[in-house]
Amino acid sequence: MGFRRMKASRIFRSAVVAIFLALLAAPAALAVQTAPPGQSEYVPIKDLPPTDQMPAAPLLIAAYAFVWVAVLVYLWTIWRRLGKVEAEMRELAQKTSRR
Amino acid sequence: MFLRTAWLVLRKDFAIEARSWEVLTTTLFFATACVLVFAFAFVREGRAVEDAAAGILWIAIAFSGTLALGRTFERERYGETLRALLLAPAPRPALYVGKLLGMLALLGTAELFLVPMVAFLFQAALFSRPLLLAALLAGGTLGFCAVGTLFAAMLVRARSRDVLLPILLYPITIPVIIAGVRGTAALLAATPDEAAATMWIGILAAFDVVFVTLALWTFEPLMTE
Amino acid sequence: MRKAFAPLVVVVAALFVSAPYFIAQAPYESTMGLIQKIMYFHVPSWIGMYTAILVCGIASAIYLFQNNTAADRYAVSAAELAVLFGLMGLVTGPLWGRKAWGVWWEWDVRLTSALLLELVFVGYLLVRKYGGPGSEKLAAATALFGFAVAPFVYKSVDIWRTVHPKTSVVPTLPRVMAGPLALTALAFVLLFLVLLTLRVRLAERQAVLDELYLADED
Repeated sequence: MGFRRMKASRIFRSAVVAIFLALLAAPAALAVQTAPPGQSEYVPIKDLPPTDQMPAAPLLIAAYAFVWVAVLVYLWTIWRRLGKVEAEMRELAQKTSRR
Repeated sequence: MFLRTAWLVLRKDFAIEARSWEVLTTTLFFATACVLVFAFAFVREGRAVEDAAAGILWIAIAFSGTLALGRTFERERYGETLRALLLAPAPRPALYVGKLLGMLALLGTAELFLVPMVAFLFQAALFSRPLLLAALLAGGTLGFCAVGTLFAAMLVRARSRDVLLPILLYPITIPVIIAGVRGTAALLAATPDEAAATMWIGILAAFDVVFVTLALWTFEPLMTE
Repeated sequence: MRKAFAPLVVVVAALFVSAPYFIAQAPYESTMGLIQKIMYFHVPSWIGMYTAILVCGIASAIYLFQNNTAADRYAVSAAELAVLFGLMGLVTGPLWGRKAWGVWWEWDVRLTSALLLELVFVGYLLVRKYGGPGSEKLAAATALFGFAVAPFVYKSVDIWRTVHPKTSVVPTLPRVMAGPLALTALAFVLLFLVLLTLRVRLAERQAVLDELYLADED
């Protein structure tokens, strides 16, 4: 019971580390993305009508950030619920051993 | 055996309802209140918005249908007759079909009053293509009642059943309602768009087949403890 | 499945860490520019949701017809994940649409039916939480109906003219875009498997706890 909890804790921690690394990598990747001028195949954004000039980067970052946050929050809820169940099991085990 | 059981269930429900007409009259009044509330919500310069007629009709059907479902099965729960039905040596899907036919009759009667009322209040030319309208109403009501009867029956023994029925029912039946609204709106256009209405009737038929089949398939395991 | 879990987490983490690089390498789409890169998370979110619905539907059917409680644990886990991935899809979509279409939301068939599909599985979770005893079966029936409606949601964009891109867009993507998309899609499906395993494990622990409580009462 305790071993499983340790293993789950390790997995949880490694998942958090991996996600943290990815979050660090993301701004660097975005910085690389400024389009080189004079591309013949693709229309640069500044040639689009001015009504579409809403900056895309905040929306893009918000989208990616939301996905990360949602996964992390969900992992945290599983973690919390698992903790509650384990605590109740220990309590029950103590109660029966005291009887 | 199957049809006979369904018929007996239907007759039983009709006999109980015919004693007081409680569910039918309250459903009718609720549907009227629904239509009025929405009509007032969409009033502009003293007149109701005409294009809203199709939507208001189907919303009234959906809301009053949910209420009727809840009331009918509440009656079952109160009399504990559902358990008695399940104990009877009758095929379970037949019980479902009998209940479904009863709900169809109830909601169909309500629609007999609703449609002329909506046509009158909104000057909507609902009767320009009566057969297509009848097909739309039949298809939509069947789809709605098929899912509703199943869910209302299975929620009879659940807690919070009053609020859970709409929560479960609406997301699944809203495509049916949308098809009904779009089909009715096509008929209410300046020149009734029969092709579009026929397409929506086809979609309703597809939904009905899927929902009734699924309901018949799952009714038995759901009602057994 | 247990032995494969740790390597699976490593693979998922690696995929997610490398994804921004490959996404940045992918070319801009000619009309939408930078915002189109949301596709690499938006499409896989919905792939994840459909996978979750598939698992939930099959598990619910097995539970309903064979009274298999293990299947019920998979069903509830998959339903939670369906809500999670659907939420990700429903948030990334409007963020993309705000720039690409100018509006956050439109009531076209695809968006409306996708929202309804999400609500069906939210209803599943509500029934399980507030339905009292026997609510597992009611929820299973709800999942089956959601499962039946899901193909319609997917195909709706091909049948009607909507503002949402058609399903033919993904198979015909150029190789330079299809590559990163396949990568992120794989990442999301594997993430689904990881999360499913964790959630099922939680459900199993809860079942053990319930057994202990029952044994305690005797």
